[in-house]
Amino acid sequence: MYVAVKGGEAAIEAAHRLLDRDRRGDPTAPALTVAQIEGQLRLAVDRVMTEGALYDRRLAALAIKQAAGDLVEAIFLLRAYRTTLPRFAVSLPIETAGMDVDRRISAIFKDVPGGQYLGPTFDYTHRLLDFGLADDVADPEKEVVAPAAAAMPSALLPVMGWLEQEGLLEPERENPELVVGDITREPPQYPATRDVRLQALARGDEGFLLSLAYSTQRGYGRNHPFAGEIRSGRTTVEIVPEELGFAIAIGEIELTECQLVNQFKGSASQPPQFTRGYGLVFGRCERKAMAMALVDRSLRAAEFEETVTAPAQDEEFVLSHADNVEASGFVQHLKLPHYVDFQAELDIVRQMRAEEARQEAAE
Amino acid sequence: MTASGYNFAYLDEQSKRMIRRALLKAVAIPGYQVPFAGREMPLPYGWGTGGIQVTASIIGRKDRLKVIDQGADDTTNAVSIRKFFARTAGVATTTRTAEASIIQTRHRIPETPLRHGQIMVYQVPIPEPLRWLEPRETQTRRMHALADYGAMHLKLYEDIARFGRVTTAYDYPVQVNGRYLMSPSPIPRLDNPKLDRSPALQLFGAGREKRIYAVPPFTSVKSLDFADHPFAVERWSSRCARCGADDSYLDEIVVDDRGGRSFICSDTDYCDSRLRPRAAE
Repeated sequence: MYVAVKGGEAAIEAAHRLLDRDRRGDPTAPALTVAQIEGQLRLAVDRVMTEGALYDRRLAALAIKQAAGDLVEAIFLLRAYRTTLPRFAVSLPIETAGMDVDRRISAIFKDVPGGQYLGPTFDYTHRLLDFGLADDVADPEKEVVAPAAAAMPSALLPVMGWLEQEGLLEPERENPELVVGDITREPPQYPATRDVRLQALARGDEGFLLSLAYSTQRGYGRNHPFAGEIRSGRTTVEIVPEELGFAIAIGEIELTECQLVNQFKGSASQPPQFTRGYGLVFGRCERKAMAMALVDRSLRAAEFEETVTAPAQDEEFVLSHADNVEASGFVQHLKLPHYVDFQAELDIVRQMRAEEARQEAAE
Repeated sequence: MTASGYNFAYLDEQSKRMIRRALLKAVAIPGYQVPFAGREMPLPYGWGTGGIQVTASIIGRKDRLKVIDQGADDTTNAVSIRKFFARTAGVATTTRTAEASIIQTRHRIPETPLRHGQIMVYQVPIPEPLRWLEPRETQTRRMHALADYGAMHLKLYEDIARFGRVTTAYDYPVQVNGRYLMSPSPIPRLDNPKLDRSPALQLFGAGREKRIYAVPPFTSVKSLDFADHPFAVERWSSRCARCGADDSYLDEIVVDDRGGRSFICSDTDYCDSRLRPRAAE
């Protein structure tokens, strides 16, 4: 005789305790601190802040610790916290031209006024395991000494400016009338506007955008990109409180911006010129910023009267599948019981087979 | 006791008001999918975030909440959601259908008939009944606007032509109030007739897809069919092995290594309630 399975509650609690145990790992090893994660796993923190859509290094580090290093889970934790926060102001548009840069490169001009700065990058490292790092004992002798900080100009003019001056690059149109959308406060509607699209891409999963961006380079919606400028650094965020009526700085955030220049042969209504793809992320998620810029340009296909043939150009496809919190939840919900639906399927399949057997017997 | 640092029932009041507005619109246009700005919830998408947001927006301190998943109160996700509200809203919970004022459900409608004043909250994975025929939202919204449901009738017709019957086992499409085609959520066909002219208010929440829709009390809900191929529900040749019911939805259980089968009620409260008077004797 079957006895209905009970004890879901006890099982859940036991699972949580096992999770806590596994997260802590070997209790004889010192526990990882949030400050260590914040300071030493900074690129993980950057990704969690970007896709978690909340600039808070400490909370992102805490989420990484709580998620035992599962970054998508950490992003989910941060999002679920973020959603409970009130939206008390909308910042003024940030000025990346005035960024205090630690990295600034352009792949379209050999030299640019102000110069190029590699900054901290993996780009030219040889990917050889550094066994010296395996030694956990701190050796002050070996402590890394950073090169003397080069005198960095405080405001580097954007590279795109020179192309714009010559009229070769589509102008950036300012639209003071535009009330910027907020994807956290309004449901998605298609076709979407570019502001909303950029927001969705900024929060989108790095892996998903990376693969889509890659697909455009392999011919699925090719858009001939060049890295016009990539810059990383710190920018001030300002708001205008209603009761003051003038802008005040509320803090500084670290950002990476990617401006792509894309070839465009012109259309019936527009002359041949270069067009733009834009990527902006928290911290130094440079790979994500570049992927975002490629996909942004792809999604502007309709604007330039290009034929939409590839997944990366299909707005509804890209935007409705880019969010990893949504995707991860829905894919994993298959773990939930589906007894009832499966029973209904069984019923249909059995009926159909019985019907077939009857027909065969009759023949 | 409620969780500290969070508002009553987790969501802030502005978000609840936004959701209640969407609910009012949904009730005013039965079966129409109202877009709403779904929030991230501390439970994963696909695990009932739409239903949880609807429940969080309508629940009050005097409510008594029942949560079921696959008809059962004790499946892990039902336990988890019930606990979430007990923790964030401190409301009373129950497993008895008759005692609940709000019933949040995934994939079932209770066997015990609902009464006026009760609210059913359905967790919906894919709110768009036309989604498997047309993946684009821009297209399906147009189809709904024009009540252009030929594609669905054609799908049902093709099923009958090829297989002799409609092969949609669950989430069987319905037409509400003679107008909007609606997904009843993945409930089995046996539950579809319970939607029709139900005295309870029925609210549907799809969190990931950010849609809310509703069937007000006493509204007609018709499962699509043809005059010569009427809509039919599942049938079993056995009764519930536990309570003996022959009118409830049965789950099939594999009881031994030789593949022996047994059937029991999917609705645990219904099954228990049928056993209760006997146990008292």
